[in-house]
Amino acid sequence: MVQRLQASIKDAAARKQALRLRGSGTKDFYGQRLEGELLDTRYYAGIVAYEPTELVVTARCGTPLAELEELVAGKGQMLAFEPPHFGAEATLGGCLAAGISGPRRASAGAVRDFVLGVKIINGRGEMLTFGGQVMKNVAGYDLPRLMVGALGTLGLIAEASIKVLPRPVAEATLRFEMPEDKAIETMNRWSGRPLPISATCWCDGELSVRLSGARAAVAAAREQLGGIVIDDGAEFWHSLREQFHPYFLGDVPSWRLSVPSTTPPLMLPGQQLIEWGGAQRWVRTAAEAYTLRDAARAAGGHATLYRAPEKTGEVFSPLSAPLMKLHRRLKLAFDPDGIFNPGRMYADL
Amino acid sequence: MGTPEFAAERDFSRIDREELLSELAEVLPRDALLRDEEDLRPYECDGLTACRRLPLAVALPESEDQVRAILRICASLGVPVVARGAGTGLSGGAMPHQDGVLLSLAKFKKIIRIDPVARIAVVQPGVRNLAISEAVAAHGLYYAPDPSSQIACTIGGNVAENAGGVHCLKYGLTVHNLLRVRALTIEGEVLEIGGHALDAPGYDLLALMTGSEGMLAVITEITVKLTPKPITARVVLAAFDSVEKAGNAVASIIAAGIIPAGLEMMDKPATRAVEPFVNAGYPLDAEAILLAESDGTPEEVEEDIARIRQVMEASGAGEIRVSRDEAERLRFWSGRKAAFPAAGRISPDYYCMDGTIPRRHLAEMLTAIAAMEKKYELRCCNVFHAGDGNLHPLILYDANQAGELERAEQFGAEILELSVKLGGTVTGEHGVGIEKINQMCAQFSEQELTLFHRVKAAFDQEGLLNPGKAIPTLNRCVEYGRKHVHGGQAPFPDLPRF
Repeated sequence: MVQRLQASIKDAAARKQALRLRGSGTKDFYGQRLEGELLDTRYYAGIVAYEPTELVVTARCGTPLAELEELVAGKGQMLAFEPPHFGAEATLGGCLAAGISGPRRASAGAVRDFVLGVKIINGRGEMLTFGGQVMKNVAGYDLPRLMVGALGTLGLIAEASIKVLPRPVAEATLRFEMPEDKAIETMNRWSGRPLPISATCWCDGELSVRLSGARAAVAAAREQLGGIVIDDGAEFWHSLREQFHPYFLGDVPSWRLSVPSTTPPLMLPGQQLIEWGGAQRWVRTAAEAYTLRDAARAAGGHATLYRAPEKTGEVFSPLSAPLMKLHRRLKLAFDPDGIFNPGRMYADL
Repeated sequence: MGTPEFAAERDFSRIDREELLSELAEVLPRDALLRDEEDLRPYECDGLTACRRLPLAVALPESEDQVRAILRICASLGVPVVARGAGTGLSGGAMPHQDGVLLSLAKFKKIIRIDPVARIAVVQPGVRNLAISEAVAAHGLYYAPDPSSQIACTIGGNVAENAGGVHCLKYGLTVHNLLRVRALTIEGEVLEIGGHALDAPGYDLLALMTGSEGMLAVITEITVKLTPKPITARVVLAAFDSVEKAGNAVASIIAAGIIPAGLEMMDKPATRAVEPFVNAGYPLDAEAILLAESDGTPEEVEEDIARIRQVMEASGAGEIRVSRDEAERLRFWSGRKAAFPAAGRISPDYYCMDGTIPRRHLAEMLTAIAAMEKKYELRCCNVFHAGDGNLHPLILYDANQAGELERAEQFGAEILELSVKLGGTVTGEHGVGIEKINQMCAQFSEQELTLFHRVKAAFDQEGLLNPGKAIPTLNRCVEYGRKHVHGGQAPFPDLPRF
């Protein structure tokens, strides 16, 4: 099975034919242009190993994310980075290649933080193993994490071992009426205290805070923070994670600004929604790219054109010249013929 | 075999030392360039004292401009550069190159900025790990990764090695607690990697830099994440009459959905070694003890401790003690933290291993180690980051006894190769350095090593940063493979076995 993937890649390399690595395509909207012959990874699927007491699950790239999450939920565990699926068919491979994390990002970590090891196929069709199934591993460069978020431009992630965590025993969502500046200040202040906060969101004059952890800890924090406890908390966070919350609907381009959490309200045209304790700011606007990029850069962050009916120009913030040079050399090291997802991340990568 | 560009260990012996020294003297103050043997001597090794070498010179720059100037000189003359923090590393990562410059970042010890609201600290690489936590303590914050050497080791070294610590099961390794590094390439180009947002565009070079053992670039500034200090912490000490039971207790704690702040195991030889040293009150007849810590709010800790206790009882623990106050908590930990110095007290020398295995193979590993003790006629104490499968066997030997060092090295190599066979790794947190470079040949294929070399070349085309470390050349692996017969005849056929 994996030989079939390797053969496809070797064949494409021999023909210098670009390949478009793809699971179910739920993240086709993300990144720059889609180019090349389709290499559908979904047939390379299945759980390879799951050791709940070792906190590790290993699965092939085509494994549906939903299947993986259901499996670990059966043992009271979870993928703590809450990856958005953006469709029922989303695969593990796509989740890792896109590297998009959900509401728990600020408190639990990003996709890459939970990747322990990978088997990849490089541009020569070689199957290579880096990292492993153990929590700590510093043998060799950290290539497993380098693969995460590389949008398939470095190689095909054929299999991955992911750290899982226990699901919190208790959870509660609190809501507060609050203007944007005060919400940003509050999120940062609370994040600096030992509180069991697992997600935050400000939208439309309301701050929502999710508490997760031991029963006693959640109860104590509820008491301490006040606010109104809402009943449909789980549904609310799910709507943010999967972006079916009304804020995300419609055709207006959606920009994602990743900035230091303490960045004051961004004076930008369009509706905003804030997540990750202030570190992730969504902006719905048809404004020119430079408006968003300048604002993000001034704050010490970067801006991504996340979803848009039409994408022209670079989707991701341009890199400094030394970093771009490194990116090109790394790309060449993994994929000497430049066959993997060319242009998906940057036009000339 | 192999690609010609990586065919041999590089030979740098034709470097003109006088030319190098005179160029360096132009960019460094007099006292920042060491060249006499007596001044070089303190830099001949790091924490891996068995491997020593004198560098051509030691440079002690105090500004990024000076580092850049040094790197440019070395790049133009083709001179190897080895970066060094406090030199506490255990794998020889900072062992000098005999034809190179040792670049000490010891003078980079400024804490540049603390932002308690954003929970970050911007620091220079020579700042000590513990100094960060001390500097931010007043804000109720700390820097979470806590390697045992945290009082001395520097954050720059921590980044180079992706250091762990006792609390990394819950709080992560260095890689999970960094936001940004600023580094210089061997050509002197500035790389701003990561940033003060939670992510950065492009490839995750921050992860790649972390644990790269000074092979890719020289770090000049680091931004770390700070964590709110838990209000309270308590630790459970449980004694077991077998290592298997203790191992099963660890698995049961995790299965019960508990992630302790720290989860450590020590075997009987280890507790017996440390007890006279620190009087921690460990039960000395137990085959293994477990230390499990919970931290957080008082309510949370109480809930956790009760559950941990229950699981320990159900797993067949004999004696169970829960720390009643902070002094007792620290005393319970003191033995674990003192394991290395205690080993140094009961034996003239010791060799600390760092293999990591899937925890379910623990008993198998410890049984194998017991057999190796007989095979190599050396004693071994085992301390273990049980929560994450990271094993630190301390092999006791006496370098003054002919053959003991070699036997200790063979003993260690066998443990590491068994770690790989059991699905683990040769190094969990100490790094490959020079120490485990041969065992890398057992863990990685030729194609995998080749990709590592290509990644290195993307940063450092001429291969001048820390040459000969971390990633073995393919030639070295061929040679090692010839000398070392896997699974066949043992290296010391005349030694009594088992």
